[in-house]
Amino acid sequence: MLEIKDLHAGVDGTEIVKGISLSVNKGEVHAIMGPNGSGKSTLAKILSGHPAYEATSGEIIFDGKNLLEMDAEERSLAGVFMGFQYPVEVPGVNNAEFLRMAHNARRVKAGEEEVDPLDFDELLSEKMKMLGMEKKYKERNLNDGFSGGEKKKNEILQMAILEPKLSLLDETDSGLDIDALRIVSEGVNKLRSENNALILITHYQRLLDYIKPDFVHVLSQGKIVKSGDKALAIELESQGYDWVTTAD
Amino acid sequence: MSDEQNSVSDLLEDNQYKYGFTTDVESETFAKGLNEDVVRAISKKKNEPEFMLNFRLKAFAKWKTMKEPAWPNVHYPSIDFQNISYYSAPKKKKVLESLDEVDPEVMRTFEKLGIPLDEQKKLANVAVDAVFDSVSVATTHKKKLMEQGIIFCPISEALQDYPELVEEYLGTVVPVGDNYYAALNSAVFTDGSFVYIPPDTISPMEISTYFRINTEETGQFERTLIICAENSYVSYLEGCTAPQFDTNQLHAAVVELVTMDNAEIKYSTVQNWYAGDKETGKGGIYNFVTKRGKCAGDNSKISWTQVETGSAITWKYPSCILQGDNSSGEFYSVALTNGHMQADTGTKMIHIGKNTRSSIISKGISADHSSNSYRGQVRIGKNATNARNYSQCDSMLVGDKSSAHTFPYIETANSSVQVEHEAATSKISEDQLFYFESRGVSRENAIEAVISGFCKDVFKQLPMEFAVEAQKLLTLKLEDSVG
Repeated sequence: MLEIKDLHAGVDGTEIVKGISLSVNKGEVHAIMGPNGSGKSTLAKILSGHPAYEATSGEIIFDGKNLLEMDAEERSLAGVFMGFQYPVEVPGVNNAEFLRMAHNARRVKAGEEEVDPLDFDELLSEKMKMLGMEKKYKERNLNDGFSGGEKKKNEILQMAILEPKLSLLDETDSGLDIDALRIVSEGVNKLRSENNALILITHYQRLLDYIKPDFVHVLSQGKIVKSGDKALAIELESQGYDWVTTAD
Repeated sequence: MSDEQNSVSDLLEDNQYKYGFTTDVESETFAKGLNEDVVRAISKKKNEPEFMLNFRLKAFAKWKTMKEPAWPNVHYPSIDFQNISYYSAPKKKKVLESLDEVDPEVMRTFEKLGIPLDEQKKLANVAVDAVFDSVSVATTHKKKLMEQGIIFCPISEALQDYPELVEEYLGTVVPVGDNYYAALNSAVFTDGSFVYIPPDTISPMEISTYFRINTEETGQFERTLIICAENSYVSYLEGCTAPQFDTNQLHAAVVELVTMDNAEIKYSTVQNWYAGDKETGKGGIYNFVTKRGKCAGDNSKISWTQVETGSAITWKYPSCILQGDNSSGEFYSVALTNGHMQADTGTKMIHIGKNTRSSIISKGISADHSSNSYRGQVRIGKNATNARNYSQCDSMLVGDKSSAHTFPYIETANSSVQVEHEAATSKISEDQLFYFESRGVSRENAIEAVISGFCKDVFKQLPMEFAVEAQKLLTLKLEDSVG
């Protein structure tokens, strides 16, 4: 589904990602871990299509298409979802209305009719119920005045509405207390299926107690230095990143 | 990818000022310059009653003693008032019996602007008075309104047919010497709309005037007078466009509203005058307008809603004099400036009667190199016991070269009053738009959502079709200013 080949990328002319290759198939969950400054967030920005970040060489192929040639809007419509570390606040734009716009953009792309607010409300209520979210998420403005945990929950709600093929969750666990972490993780687990894939970008292994990865990759100085299964994350937790980053 | 880029560039095409064309009609235009003879000639041309000529002469005498105001937060080279023509009319017969007699070119112009005047095609539930340069060319739905005793006609016609009504009210809200531009307008205005709603009448349709400046170096000085008698209601709409010229044209209008006991006037404007070249700032309309309403009767109400998206310079403060007890005034404004536009706009709420109420909701959006100022005055007189005012002035900045300013003035001479003022500044950021895009929502829809969210409180005051149009207009104007 996703094939990253020898990707080099950076921002403002500084190379941060220095040759990453990664292959993700349907139904898989990959965790990308690493210390601060290892290139995790640059990788996330590049995958999301952030205009400030530039891939200097290498390829990213998603469902047979060259992802690097698509802008953020096209990537989303193609089925890529980015759960942001710091979702922006948009005062004045109602959250439910925003979700409906995003949902309708997908429908239009698929040649279907847009849904009106009433029909959309049914879908939204159903998803919110599944995720155990309170009514206030419909009434408030997009992330406006949301706490860190509320913003992350709202990202997962968007993921539920958009039903992406590939989701990237960037530091979704940061800033969450243990209850919020559990709720967010349960939500993500409910959205997992045979047909979609998940990439978790995280600093800590605690998220992986809730969302079990099939593969764990450790990033250091812009490269994947070690790959393994869940056991690798546990080992990292006890030994610290020095264990892998200084191994060679 | 390429398809979408096409649609975005189409949109940008559209973003050019699409009303910038001129119409080739033969007009009768006075030589440039202003003196007492010109004032007399205008009055004569219009075959006006004596009182009108005296009104003009008094205003002209006053104007000569006045100076252009220097206090607004706008900058422009001083205007040479002798280099303007004070009368321009599409050349044709004196009185138009039917629309068939209007120059087809003029008809086509309004058609192009989306204002069909044609009897067959005319807007179903809106009566339109179309003003082309200095004169009114057509007024629709007149007969239907007359069945209920509602008078809706060009003011030049009202001066012929209802001179006593005009004489009674003209200049009672904006006196001839009120300010520099109002004095000038009072001396040289050539046309505008006149509306009279008789007692106990709810106007069955929206009434509207559409202004079009066509000729270069012509000033448009229109005069609008709306009187709403006891227990009556009218909703009035005003729209404006002008062709694209490198020179600046002056638009110095005066609008006066009067409401009697329990009457209400709702006045909405979507102003889209040519704003000058986006890059150089060359050309565009100087929009120096005096709009004021007087709630003369008890329990009466005047509500101004404006969406200002054009003009090189806007200088405009739609105001309310709350004279009747329990009367109320409202001001809802969205002012968008981009390119090199400058706007100094706001309102005045003058509380005279007891229990008078006013509310002010102002939303300023500034993009590119523009400057956007809100200037508002709330004055509460000593007899205005229990008067209340609520003001909210929000600014939104787009990019980092624009500026927003707020100048609120509050004066109270009565201790029982309650005045509240709130202000906030926000930004439409590249990060916000990226967030929308990463959810598959186009940039255009994202801007529209953010702007309409910001302007929600004002847009909901506009009649439906106007609100949709206003939203589209703002989105188009901002499309290439963001990021």
